[in-house]
Amino acid sequence: MYIVNVENCTKDNFPLSFSEVELVIRPAPENLEFIQRFLPKLDWSALVDTARSLGDESLPEQMPDQWTDDQLKALHHVLMELHVEEGNMTCRGCGHVYPISNGIPNMLLAEHEVGR
Amino acid sequence: MSISLPTPNIAHLTEEDYEHVYEPAAEDSFILLDALELDAQLVRDDQPLICVEIGSGSGIASTFLSQLVGSSSSLVISTDINRYACGVTLRTAQANEISLNPILCHLLDPLFNRLKNNIDILVFNPPYVPTGMTELMDTQNQRDIGGAWAGGQDGMIITDVILDKLPELLSPIGKMYLVTVIQNKPLEIMRKMESKGLVCKEIIKRRAGRELLSVLRISRT
Repeated sequence: MYIVNVENCTKDNFPLSFSEVELVIRPAPENLEFIQRFLPKLDWSALVDTARSLGDESLPEQMPDQWTDDQLKALHHVLMELHVEEGNMTCRGCGHVYPISNGIPNMLLAEHEVGR
Repeated sequence: MSISLPTPNIAHLTEEDYEHVYEPAAEDSFILLDALELDAQLVRDDQPLICVEIGSGSGIASTFLSQLVGSSSSLVISTDINRYACGVTLRTAQANEISLNPILCHLLDPLFNRLKNNIDILVFNPPYVPTGMTELMDTQNQRDIGGAWAGGQDGMIITDVILDKLPELLSPIGKMYLVTVIQNKPLEIMRKMESKGLVCKEIIKRRAGRELLSVLRISRT
């Protein structure tokens, strides 16, 4: 799931919006210290919006100043365990659709689209 | 102090896979693993958060990197332009019980803005073989195994795209590990990157058949 937080469209309209998703939850070893160190890398509102669009309401609207273990655990779940296995990501700017298949986002542009 | 790490398990890969994905029995995959192993302590001490491999192919280097840094303490993103390679990378991760994040894309194109000044470790075993430009274009467009080696003039056309952007990509602790062959003129690469304020070191050099390979570490500090 963290993938939405590192992806971008060539037109810089972040984040991409998901549709027709099939989610998979894969338990991952919990390393809350890592999650805490990763916080500065996150675009919080983009992450919360995306998680909510996928039906996960566990993250607080505002990024907490002081994190409880439960909040870090919820973030671990969203970032590390929630995977979009199938679906589409749509660029909010140009409407370009990037499919996700077998857990792999296809961010290739067709040749005629390169350099637009 | 040296750290010894097991080579990732790739027994799940089949002959059919190797029709589309570069076989990591090739010496250049292993020189990259050996370079990472030589630098293991240095890499671990930095506690890298975001690791990226461009052109992950079989996934062996991404897997090794994930094992080196600790699979629950770092995010490893693996890109490849070859659809088949992304699937194989995912299978290699599963076979080794670590987690990788393959993305089907050209180099780092869709990730560039988000990864800017954020890459702690960047690994690239590029298409380094000198070829004509037609072969380079054809293999990149086919998005199959040929894209793993055809590198155009001096074998540097693809590598240079990344090297030109490297000063913007690396985090303050960022390091790139780049496989080169002597025809790529590694000394010139180092001089060029040093002129951009980066620190370069050839950390391993080895003859493999007809190729004289080295791995360069290009870092902020």
